Amino acid sequence: MSTTTSTPPGIGRDDLARLAEHWDEPRSLRAWFTTVDHKKIGRRYLVTAAFFFVLAGLSALVMRTQLARPESGVLSPQEYNQLFTMHGTAMIFLFATPMLFGFGNFLVPLMIGSRDMAFPRLNAFGYWVFLFAGLFMWASLPFGAAPNNGWFAYAPLNQDQHNPGLHMDVYALGLLFLGISTTSGAINFIVTALKLRAPGMSLNRVPLFVWAIVATAFMVVFALPALNTDNALLFLDRRFDTHFFDPGGGGNVLLWQHLFWIFGHPDVYIIVMPGLGIVSAVLPAFTRRGVVGYPLIVLAIVAISIVSFGVWVHHMFATGLPQLSYSFFSAASTIITIPSGIQIFAWLATMMLGRLVLRTPLLFVIGFIVTFVLGGFTGAMFALTAFDQQVTDSYFVVAHFHYVLLGGALFPILAGIYFWLPKITGRMYHEGLGRWAFWLVFTGMHVTFFPMHLYGLFGMPRRVYTYRSDLGWDVGNLISSIGSYVLALGLLLVLIGVVHAIRRGRPAGPDPWAGDSLEWSAASPPEAYNFPVIPRVHSLHPTWDERTAESTTTGATKDRILSEGKRTLFTSELDARPERAAQMPEPSFKPLVLAGVLLVFFTALLLGAYPVAVAAVLAVAATIAAWLWPPRRPDEEIGIAS
Amino acid sequence: MTDRGGVVAAATGVEALTTEEPVGRPTGWWGMVMFVATEATLFACLLGSYFYLRFQHGPVWPPDGIDKPKLLIPLVMTGVLVPSSLPVVWAEHGIRRGQRWRLRAGLAATLVMGLSFMALLVIEYREDLTHFTMTTNVYGSLFYVITGFHGLHVSVGLAMIGWLLAASLRGGSFGSHRHERVRNAAIYWHFVDTVWVAILFTIYLSPRL
Amino acid sequence: METTAQTSSRPARRQRRFRPVLPLLSVLLLLAGCSGESPSALNPQGAGAARVNGLWWLLFWISVAVFAEVMALLAWALVFRRGGARVRHGQPVRFVTVAGAGLPFIILVAVYGVGLRDLAALGAGPGRDALTVEVIGHQWWWEVRYAGRSGATANEIHIPVGERVKVRLRTNDVLHSFWVPQLMPKTDLISGETRETWLEARQAGSYRGQCAEYCGTQHAHMAFLVVAQPRADFDAFLDRLDAPARAPQTDAERRGQQTFVQGTCAACHSIRGTGAQGRVGPDLSNVGSRWSIGAGAVPNDAGHLGGWIANSQTVKPGNAMPPQPVDAARLPDLIAYLRSLE
Repeated sequence: MSTTTSTPPGIGRDDLARLAEHWDEPRSLRAWFTTVDHKKIGRRYLVTAAFFFVLAGLSALVMRTQLARPESGVLSPQEYNQLFTMHGTAMIFLFATPMLFGFGNFLVPLMIGSRDMAFPRLNAFGYWVFLFAGLFMWASLPFGAAPNNGWFAYAPLNQDQHNPGLHMDVYALGLLFLGISTTSGAINFIVTALKLRAPGMSLNRVPLFVWAIVATAFMVVFALPALNTDNALLFLDRRFDTHFFDPGGGGNVLLWQHLFWIFGHPDVYIIVMPGLGIVSAVLPAFTRRGVVGYPLIVLAIVAISIVSFGVWVHHMFATGLPQLSYSFFSAASTIITIPSGIQIFAWLATMMLGRLVLRTPLLFVIGFIVTFVLGGFTGAMFALTAFDQQVTDSYFVVAHFHYVLLGGALFPILAGIYFWLPKITGRMYHEGLGRWAFWLVFTGMHVTFFPMHLYGLFGMPRRVYTYRSDLGWDVGNLISSIGSYVLALGLLLVLIGVVHAIRRGRPAGPDPWAGDSLEWSAASPPEAYNFPVIPRVHSLHPTWDERTAESTTTGATKDRILSEGKRTLFTSELDARPERAAQMPEPSFKPLVLAGVLLVFFTALLLGAYPVAVAAVLAVAATIAAWLWPPRRPDEEIGIAS
Repeated sequence: MTDRGGVVAAATGVEALTTEEPVGRPTGWWGMVMFVATEATLFACLLGSYFYLRFQHGPVWPPDGIDKPKLLIPLVMTGVLVPSSLPVVWAEHGIRRGQRWRLRAGLAATLVMGLSFMALLVIEYREDLTHFTMTTNVYGSLFYVITGFHGLHVSVGLAMIGWLLAASLRGGSFGSHRHERVRNAAIYWHFVDTVWVAILFTIYLSPRL
Repeated sequence: METTAQTSSRPARRQRRFRPVLPLLSVLLLLAGCSGESPSALNPQGAGAARVNGLWWLLFWISVAVFAEVMALLAWALVFRRGGARVRHGQPVRFVTVAGAGLPFIILVAVYGVGLRDLAALGAGPGRDALTVEVIGHQWWWEVRYAGRSGATANEIHIPVGERVKVRLRTNDVLHSFWVPQLMPKTDLISGETRETWLEARQAGSYRGQCAEYCGTQHAHMAFLVVAQPRADFDAFLDRLDAPARAPQTDAERRGQQTFVQGTCAACHSIRGTGAQGRVGPDLSNVGSRWSIGAGAVPNDAGHLGGWIANSQTVKPGNAMPPQPVDAARLPDLIAYLRSLE
């Protein structure tokens, strides 16, 4: 096990010095803008996503304040409609996925024993685009021009004649812009996990979290184009008078829904899957055993990512499509609960056969199980068309997806924050503060969202900015609003806990939890090069495995130290057999420049400054051309036949 | 490949490090393949939208008295674009053997064919635009957006080819050890070609079925 | 709503017997107590909603049972498996497969079968020659017409008790969704297309419905009422739809009518038998007898009506009706006239 203070056996001081020389980035403003280190980029993803979470959460608090009493006037309907749209859009696109990508960015290279992502500069580019796209969307709110049509933005209300102003242009362009980041990040994860695993980490030794991230990335690759198509057509309809969603010109409003949900349902799993991965990563440390049924869980992950493309119509059960198609999609939606059931019972079995260590991360995992299971029940109910038609678009569905998303994503994210905080910062959090945070979040969550099931059944539709007092919805709404403040207080304690840990936390050491995966054999926080010696992996739980530990100490070999240059090891896709050492790129301004030019492009499109947009496209092309321009080498070196 | 240490030593030796000679698939190849996969899905969504809107629209297609698309120019375009993959293949095989002239000649040939395709597209548009535009009805929207989106991809592909050609003309860029960029651009170009066949079928042939 | 049905009968005895069983249910009871006046899907008054209510309780009890199982396993682990050395054995794959996949599969298949049966039941609309109501969604109100009748009403759908009535749904602008929780699950109104659903009320009464698909600024105020009447009353209602609106009886009402027809009102609204034939806003021929103003925004009384006419934007911001420059002296007459239109 490596530490920052002493030289482990098997690797010389000069090797460490050379590694530091090649990998360390100076602490300067320039380095801040040019970094390609996956750990810094991962941290930025986490912090930025958390910032957008706070904005979206505050939006929700204001909405709950408005709804606490019937017919209250805290918000105008126009304000409420922008807030609920931004709340949903930001939580889904600017918080959940980027937050989990942040964990992935920080952890995937560490978990697979690599020194960086496959494309470090693309990684930096993805972050900058995410940041700019998020700011692009939020910046519309102070101008009263924020998206105002719900996060799924149905046609034809998203059309110019029904919704003038910039609102839905911000939506379409913002999501197209953000999609560049998500797609590039997803491809980066896939290639990283395929090619950069430490030698010996064959597919059956890949950590479940990495499986989850890769499955998520594949879903992104195949689902996001549907959303991009939708938004591109929307923008054309709005600005260039095409007729895709305009029945008057022969278009069809349901096309929007089909394309949206072909993306949208996989997106539910794009959000939840990495969360489930976190659960599988957290459990071994706190149950003192490996997760039960590794192959079953991998199978479940793969099954979900495929089946999730075949259930989109269950979001359209009330649109009056033919009953036969309802029967099919109802069956598919019923079946997709099975893989989740397998995972739940695998985790339960893990806990029942393990030895529990009841620390904050495990508390959040337990909170996850309770909440996610309840969300799963209502999810299975929604698969039944007849029941769906009664409760869809009521507060019952609001309750359902908050159980699924807070249960399936937020609780695992919080578990992950407490679990990996020592790794990311090198500091331990305050356990008492963590427990308080858990109980407040857990209580607040259920007090907020459980009553929504009830007043949904009692007939309250979603997305109403107010309601009359004679409908029996008052008490439930008041309870929800009180719960939302408790939830917010709990989340504030999480934030305080993190700040406290960074400021006052005691040093954590490399492996405070006796964890099983490779990140726990790196230093806390990890060195710029992650591992002085790239390990040779001998089992599914490499950090618990003495042979793997030995491979980085007495068993270290030169081909895994790779201290000549900024290098890491490429291995084969399936068996992770070593193929070659690869040179990794140096820090660069180009990712930032490219993201900046794209920001100009999308802003120009938004404001209708099309000549500027064309100029920006040329600048994008020029930046990419310069980015990838091959260095000049002598003919003998590149191999020219004379 | 069983002798691990040996392979690694060979792969990390000074000589090996100066090459991109593939020992296994390089990351760039995977990256390009995944990018093409997501792009192909994008086209699948567009073409799916075409058929969805067509079949939701009613029996008469194209609607509003627009003629069925004429086939002559599109077939010529096909004849220009689809074979344009061959010079790329030939060029790539050439540079793998270190023959820089083949790379240059092949890329130049593809560039000419691709530009001809774009020119034909402009001629096709000038003819069509006298009958209907993007704003006429949903048929016009689909026709111009799908073919235009593909034209955009051809332009991106041409930019890649032109960029490769410029790099290869400078010298010191590509050789038998370093040709990953050539291979990746070639994958993209083949993709642009293949998609055209699907577009030809959807936009030009399917209304006649 | 003031007119929402108040019925004391519980849908099924089974529920009452089980209700006090779990703490979970006490929450339910607490809120159910407050939900007496709700348009609750759990208080079904029509064949469609009753179907779904039965399905809901089946799903509910299955969920309670499975949740209890999961919680028991979790509690067992928390109580008996605390602390200790690392565990290296145990891969109960069979347990995971049976409990996580096998049993759920059996349950889900069974439930799916029941769900299909109920879906088919919901799809079984009335016969061809059934009474047909045409409902047209507008931002943000409901236009209601009856096949073969010239007149129209708004935000109120009268149906005969005990008959399965066909409802044909269209929208004038964006998507809306037609939902009467106590009678029938949702059907969306799709721009450019027509959808059909049906309504059937077991007993006379008024059942509140509301738009359930977000449709813009005032989606919150797009409610309507289904009024189920004995056949004779319903027939009388239909007949009035063909006749001219009630003529003004007093001088005030006559002055009010004059203001209406000659002023800006008639540009958007129509009243049968008068010169007012605007088609933008709701037909006001029977506005005096309607349950609310502004599709459920405020009660229908003289005060609210006056406020609405003067500046409806303060009542329902964003709606299509601009503030009216009606002379303060004339407003009472106008109100009197409109209130007289029953």
